[in-house]
Amino acid sequence: MEWEVVIGLETHTQLKTNTKIFSGASTTYGAEPNTQACEVSIALPGVLPVLNKQAVECAIQFGLAIDAEIAPRSVFARKNYFYPDLPKGYQISQYELPVVGKGKLTIQVPAGKHSEAYEKTIHITRAHLEEDAGKSVHGAVEGMSGIDLNRAGTPLLEIVTEPDMRSAAEAVAYAKKLHELVQWIGICDGNMQEGSFRCDVNVSVRPKGTEKLGTRREIKNLNSFKFMQQAIEYETQWQIDTLEDGGKIQQATVLFNPDTGETRAMRSKEEANDYRYFPDPDLLPLIVTEEDKARVKATMPELPEAMKARFEADYGLSAYDAAALTASRDMADYFVAAVQAGAEAKPAANWVMGTLSAKLNAEEKAIADSPVSAQQLAQLLKRIQDNTISNNAAKQVFEALWLAEGEVDEIIASKGLKQESDSGAIEAIIDGVLAANPAMVEEFKAGKEKAFNALVGQAMKASKGKANPAQVNEILKKKLT
Amino acid sequence: MINSSLINSSLTQLSHMLASKQISSVEMTQSFLARIQQYNPTINAYIALDEEKTMAQAAAADARIAAGNAEPLTGIPFAQKDIFCAKGWKTTCGSKMLANFVAPYDAHVISQFDAAGAVNLGKTNMDEFAMGSSNETSYFGGVKNPWDFDRVPGGSSGGSAAAVAARLCAAATGTDTGGSIRQPASLCGFTGLKPTYGLVSRYGMIAFASSLDQAGPMAKSAEDCALMMNVMAGFDARDSTSLDRPKEDYTRGLNALSGDQPLKGLRIGLPKEYFAEGLDANVAKVVQDAIAEYRKLGAETVDISLPNSQLSIPVYYVLAPAEASSNLSRYDGVRYGHRAAEYDDLMDMYMKSRAEGFGAEVKRRILIGTYVLSAGYYDAYYLKAQQIRRLIAQDFTEAFKQCDIIMGPTAPSTAFKAGEKADDPVAMYLQDVYTIATNLAGLPGMSIPAGFAANSGDKTLPVGLQIIGNYFDEARMLDVAHAYQLTTDWHTQMPAGLE
Amino acid sequence: MALNIEDIKRIAHLARIEINEQEAASTLTKLSGILGLIEQMQAVNTEGIVPMSHSQDLAQRLREDVVTEVNQRETFQAIAPMTEHGLYLVPKVIE
Repeated sequence: MEWEVVIGLETHTQLKTNTKIFSGASTTYGAEPNTQACEVSIALPGVLPVLNKQAVECAIQFGLAIDAEIAPRSVFARKNYFYPDLPKGYQISQYELPVVGKGKLTIQVPAGKHSEAYEKTIHITRAHLEEDAGKSVHGAVEGMSGIDLNRAGTPLLEIVTEPDMRSAAEAVAYAKKLHELVQWIGICDGNMQEGSFRCDVNVSVRPKGTEKLGTRREIKNLNSFKFMQQAIEYETQWQIDTLEDGGKIQQATVLFNPDTGETRAMRSKEEANDYRYFPDPDLLPLIVTEEDKARVKATMPELPEAMKARFEADYGLSAYDAAALTASRDMADYFVAAVQAGAEAKPAANWVMGTLSAKLNAEEKAIADSPVSAQQLAQLLKRIQDNTISNNAAKQVFEALWLAEGEVDEIIASKGLKQESDSGAIEAIIDGVLAANPAMVEEFKAGKEKAFNALVGQAMKASKGKANPAQVNEILKKKLT
Repeated sequence: MINSSLINSSLTQLSHMLASKQISSVEMTQSFLARIQQYNPTINAYIALDEEKTMAQAAAADARIAAGNAEPLTGIPFAQKDIFCAKGWKTTCGSKMLANFVAPYDAHVISQFDAAGAVNLGKTNMDEFAMGSSNETSYFGGVKNPWDFDRVPGGSSGGSAAAVAARLCAAATGTDTGGSIRQPASLCGFTGLKPTYGLVSRYGMIAFASSLDQAGPMAKSAEDCALMMNVMAGFDARDSTSLDRPKEDYTRGLNALSGDQPLKGLRIGLPKEYFAEGLDANVAKVVQDAIAEYRKLGAETVDISLPNSQLSIPVYYVLAPAEASSNLSRYDGVRYGHRAAEYDDLMDMYMKSRAEGFGAEVKRRILIGTYVLSAGYYDAYYLKAQQIRRLIAQDFTEAFKQCDIIMGPTAPSTAFKAGEKADDPVAMYLQDVYTIATNLAGLPGMSIPAGFAANSGDKTLPVGLQIIGNYFDEARMLDVAHAYQLTTDWHTQMPAGLE
Repeated sequence: MALNIEDIKRIAHLARIEINEQEAASTLTKLSGILGLIEQMQAVNTEGIVPMSHSQDLAQRLREDVVTEVNQRETFQAIAPMTEHGLYLVPKVIE
């Protein structure tokens, strides 16, 4: 039987705020345990929550970025359960009325072994504000767990998709796109190691061609794209194998073990969860007006889709190039900065996606940390444009810029890379070459085109590579006809 | 010599005594502490005393008075219900769960009294987590009604109530979720006000049912309550449900009452449901007499109906336990509060700590609340109750189209005997039959002494008249109460044997 | 909706309150009485009535995103049942 995997994602993005969602305690990562756990964070008797404005604005920004309905009225609810890292015995979240409703995100799924690259729209069901729990620390004291509540109350936006994805590749492409988007609009630092962007993946399989969804298992807390890919692939195969062996899938929460590459069900809970959601009486409904939305929109950067369209229209870039350049805000910013510094768009795009990206990849550097600035790259491209240097020479200049050997013109001068564009001088060189190679001249005249290239090569060699190749071609052609 | 005039003095009189240096705050505070020493072992109104802290505040108040920047309540000793967190004070909420909890911060109400220069005499006894109408659910034992030691003072603010009635403080604070200020005020014969929901910040007030809880003054007179409201009410950014309104002077109308008929034009609504079956006949008589007195003061009465009022108890016993079950989940023995001495694992620690830390009534309400919120029951109970809550609130909206103020009994009977209803929760819950609706609607309600009625025994016991106002109408309610207290002396009477 | 002893045990477990057989039985009696009181609600037609969560129809106020809290770990942990290395200690949490 042919199987189809159905995947939906729930992503917890930690919002970039100074303080917690319901108190004025700092959210700085990595502080000593419980030093950022204020009276509200540790849920002392009598404390009350007050909602953080910045967290709300982050949620509105996200809603606007995915073209979603933003609820004019949303409600905070209590999700009741006991866990030591949950100080109140309930999590404040949004349940029936989330702040962000239905939206969508277009993803580019890269070409795989058996497939071409393609675009797909993933539907987002909702996104809601909630508070994070604290952390359990194991091993500090024998037989005990330690509870650190610094993270308790950190604002999260939980983003839930429809079960729209049909492969690990699609799921990863979605997660990467979302990861990029939340950083692009500045609502999340995207740091997956620190847990700022955590994905829960719901996976089920069904016979291809059928409609009914299979029983899903939820892979919890994936914090790298590589693990996500591995976990989904393993889980999918496990479910298919189980069903083909005549087994049944039990709904479960599973964890991925990066060491074994396997997923395993968490110790089954003693009871079915009964979270007893109800509206939190300590908080009033969150009202978002059209004015609020307009105000937030005015502060938002141009979104990747809009920027992509603009790159195509204004710079004549291909859809592919425009998409590649807007895959990350930093890359787009770099490209725009280079163009603003005077580079021509097309060569700038080629250099950013080609030489620069290759070098950054090789050295595992982010574009934001590129040793060659956008301004330097623009200067380099200008020198190619005005024939000061050849493309080959430009590569050498780029390497030197990477090593911080100086500015573009200094490097050209110090390395003697300026190309010869004086036609008199080039004519003299060519005359010398023609005189020295009568045999080649004869061959060319006899109809051998190759001989022409050989003569160009000789001329370039004689100029020590500095002659402008186009000029060499032109003058040589004139002399031979 | 000082003592007898001191304990019956109004807050204004005490303030004058302090300002005119007839007495210092230290002396005044010592007098009250001496009374507490004498009577508290019997009455059990206070569950935490800290003479050192109290006297330090009194000394500071004297310095402030001497420096000439005293406020009306500076130097006056108050009792604080043990539901308010007070930094450095044991704050137990009447529970074993918090028996050793020393609050590391101040509730907004406490900060307000501190800022006014008031002196904190101690923390008063209460039903555990404010769940009760007799003070019998307190982990620290019951409280005696100063009018009859065999009887309960009412609850949940029973300690504050007994402290005010026995003159063990100048006045006290209370909280009222379903009647916890007004019912004890009725049973102990003094004036208590539950303000409009949101007027007094709930920050630092240990939560029972968040959408109903409201703090208010418990004092000898309406005038005293007005002075306390000036300190207690006001916007607090730390409470999302705190109302951001301009500050009011609640005493502003008190002195404007004049002539034989100071309340001329006032329309008093009398809900027929509040005078129906279930109301003790002797209590009804006292309430009717009080209303007759109001007619003499110029008011007219209008018969009104609150058709859904009989549903207020069922609605309350869904909503309040539901909120409470969640509010009390934080008591898990992890960060503060009681943790069982022995346990096998995490689950066992939770189960034992909570089983040991909570008393029977609190457990019952947690269980009811857990049940009505649980899967499959939410719509039939919680949602339904919230819908009926709106009907109950709308009844008042309609009623206030016909009248300015509503009057009726505060409680269906006078103080009952300790133990009488302790094992019958449903009978106990009916104590709040006339008070709960105002909490559900968020309206202000008060109880003032209206006389005495014979009960099952040979003694007569205090009866309260309930006054319910429209939203933010506290000043008018206080004026209406004050007008009555200018022509009657029920509010000045105190229990025999405690002079 | 009549309660039974299994309901009592289930909700007691959900609420994390240990309860023995005898307590469960007496709790059943009392809770059934309270639920009997509550049952009166079911006679009311509430179709189309908007549930009331708060007495005032107001919007949530928002707090500026400014750090106002300082480290009070020592004060807060002075009243904690069990701590070490700044952590609150509980019996081992198993996932």
